[in-house]
Amino acid sequence: MSETLASKDLPSEGLVLDRMTVSLKHRVLFRLSLALKPGEIVAVMGPSGSGKSSLLAAICGTLDPAFEMDGRILLDGRPIEAEPPELRRTGILFQDDLLFPHLSVGGNLAFGLPAQVKGRAARRARVEEALSAVDLEGFADRDPATLSGGQRARISLLRVLLSEPRAVLLDEPFSKLDTALRARFRAFVFEELRKRGLPALLATHDHADAKAAGGRVIVLEPPGAA
Amino acid sequence: MLAVLVLPVVAGLTAILLPAFGYWPALGGTHFTLDPWRALLALPSLPRSLGVSLFVGFATTVFSLGAVTMLMAAFLGTRAFALVRRLLSPLLSVPYVALAFGLAFVIAPSGLIFRLFSPWATGLERPPDLLIINDPYGLSLAGALVLKEIPFLFLMTLAALPQADAPRAFTSARTLGYRRVAAFAKVVMPRLYPQLRFPVLAVLAYGLSVVDAALVLGPNTPPTLAVQVLRLADDPDLALHFEASAASVLQFALVLSAIGLWLVLERLAGLAWRQWVVAGGRHCGEAWIRLAAPLLAGAIAGLVVLAFSSLVLWSISATWRFPDIWPQAFTLEVWRRELAIGLPIVCRTLLLGAGVAGAALIITILCLENEVRRGVPPASTLNLIYIPLLVPQIAFLTGTASLMIALHLDGNGFGVGLAHLVFVLPYVFMSLSAPWRAYDPRYRATALLLGASPWRAFWAVRLPMLARAILIAGALGFAISVSQYLATLLIGGGRFATVTTEAVGLAAGADRRVIGVFALMQAMLPFLGFAVALVVPALLFRNRRALRDA
Repeated sequence: MSETLASKDLPSEGLVLDRMTVSLKHRVLFRLSLALKPGEIVAVMGPSGSGKSSLLAAICGTLDPAFEMDGRILLDGRPIEAEPPELRRTGILFQDDLLFPHLSVGGNLAFGLPAQVKGRAARRARVEEALSAVDLEGFADRDPATLSGGQRARISLLRVLLSEPRAVLLDEPFSKLDTALRARFRAFVFEELRKRGLPALLATHDHADAKAAGGRVIVLEPPGAA
Repeated sequence: MLAVLVLPVVAGLTAILLPAFGYWPALGGTHFTLDPWRALLALPSLPRSLGVSLFVGFATTVFSLGAVTMLMAAFLGTRAFALVRRLLSPLLSVPYVALAFGLAFVIAPSGLIFRLFSPWATGLERPPDLLIINDPYGLSLAGALVLKEIPFLFLMTLAALPQADAPRAFTSARTLGYRRVAAFAKVVMPRLYPQLRFPVLAVLAYGLSVVDAALVLGPNTPPTLAVQVLRLADDPDLALHFEASAASVLQFALVLSAIGLWLVLERLAGLAWRQWVVAGGRHCGEAWIRLAAPLLAGAIAGLVVLAFSSLVLWSISATWRFPDIWPQAFTLEVWRRELAIGLPIVCRTLLLGAGVAGAALIITILCLENEVRRGVPPASTLNLIYIPLLVPQIAFLTGTASLMIALHLDGNGFGVGLAHLVFVLPYVFMSLSAPWRAYDPRYRATALLLGASPWRAFWAVRLPMLARAILIAGALGFAISVSQYLATLLIGGGRFATVTTEAVGLAAGADRRVIGVFALMQAMLPFLGFAVALVVPALLFRNRRALRDA
């Protein structure tokens, strides 16, 4: 076992993956060391089955127990690999918007809002404010099922941002949108992330997505395949 | 959870096996002997009882499975499919006993069918002297069972269709020139059947050992084996307890060998099928089956409508002479009188059912949520929960009852509720596990990553999203509890009356108007349960399209 790096050698800001290994039934899917600065967006590419989704799940703590994860994950200098998902402060966007169908648009956003924002009026105000910032004022009481795909996608991102994550994981969130909407929503997501200085990891199999992210591109490969 | 289900069965079987061989100290049996078996085998009616039981079991199973295959082959992918489904689904909530009484009112010599054709076609002015109800071959009993088993197997098939990748296989066979029925029988059915095997065996086991419907419609001299067991077990002469135990063991053996026989027949049919499928024939009685299937669906729906109309008409009739098809005079007097007596019984049935269904839901949800939290695939030992559905009730409940008496758990709601739970839990689990496991795990992940605790993700996200499935499972559990006859009778020691025990008790020649009232009350309770399960989410989510249309 090689000696681990001292914490002080690793950046105390952003998201750091320190010699992270994910394996399934003792077969290593990938090994990865990576440091993301605040506001940096790194694209992770690879064919389906290469472990892109597993990488994101390992970072946010929802990896299927059939997999094994090794290595350290630091978020703003804090090791999070042993934390339960809800305490890691890593937001995630999936291919589908996954708005909760039983809650209104406002209910979905308030679900994301931390409990520290107290008082019905204050919480409502935060939700309204967030909605108007993305040109969706007056949508709080709407049923998510009555929204267009683009509107739902924006609400979904808004919900993540309101939960005040310290890093955001993007699990092919653009792949189900049609071409016109896709470019617009992509630009919107990247802009919001940069504005807030959030490090983000984008899993995709689309080169246009990777290019639009405008940063480093990593290709996931099992060790020995390259 | 497994202990709750398997323990009463195992303990019950033990408490049957020992006295079957003469050992039960409480009744003076202190050494092992074959005397109970000699007494049982000396019963002259035994071969006939066995024969009728076997006939009813196999006839019901073969006919129901054949009918469902036919309905599926004729209607899959057509617009009429939704209609057939809507016709059959509500039947699932109808208790066997209420349906058996209703059917009796329709097919009896003085029933609705003879009235419809008399006297103009038959010339009858008085009911003919025919033994239709309680016929010696169990035909009317098998008929009533079939009316319930077809909807059951149909819905089970419906649930299995997506897993069997049925629509695509069906389409591709048809593009190869196979007509609809041939395509279904050759390509879809073989993928479907493995998933239907368990429900089919449950139908077989049930047909071989049904007691409540057999008391209403089944043969009397001699009765089916299951009814014979109950008669022996219920006999005040405690010496017959040993013989009853031997008969229970025989009942158990009968079901086991019938299941074995079915599995062998299934193999043989599979071999024949394999020859047939590669022979390349594109037809399989197409025109005939496409004509018969709508008739069959119509006949089922028609019989059930007639049955319930008869129950309602009888319950409010003052006088109704043969061969009139409409009562001469109506009255609500019978309802008023019987409700005055019956209301406490209805309330007790309702409370018991709600309690049992609630307990079954909690146990099921805890098990399923545990699966989610620990991320483990369902354990194969979970299949054990279906054992109470295959082991005939009559074969172990008398034993369970002896043990409950020893534990002073008999004769009260708690003991009866525990016994109900054994039969309710498998159905609730079966009903809820599929939607629970199909629930997109990313919703939970999303909730957690938005900072919600696992409990909040459970209460605020999963439960409301699965509310409809949970309520349906609860309503099913409630319906099963309401319709329990043997468990209520034997564990309740005859002192715990529910609408079902009361209704069955009327089978021996009570006033038809009273029967109508009690059969309707028995049918109404499960119906109410399902109505609640459909209305509550519809109201709760009236502004949520994604959940309303689900």
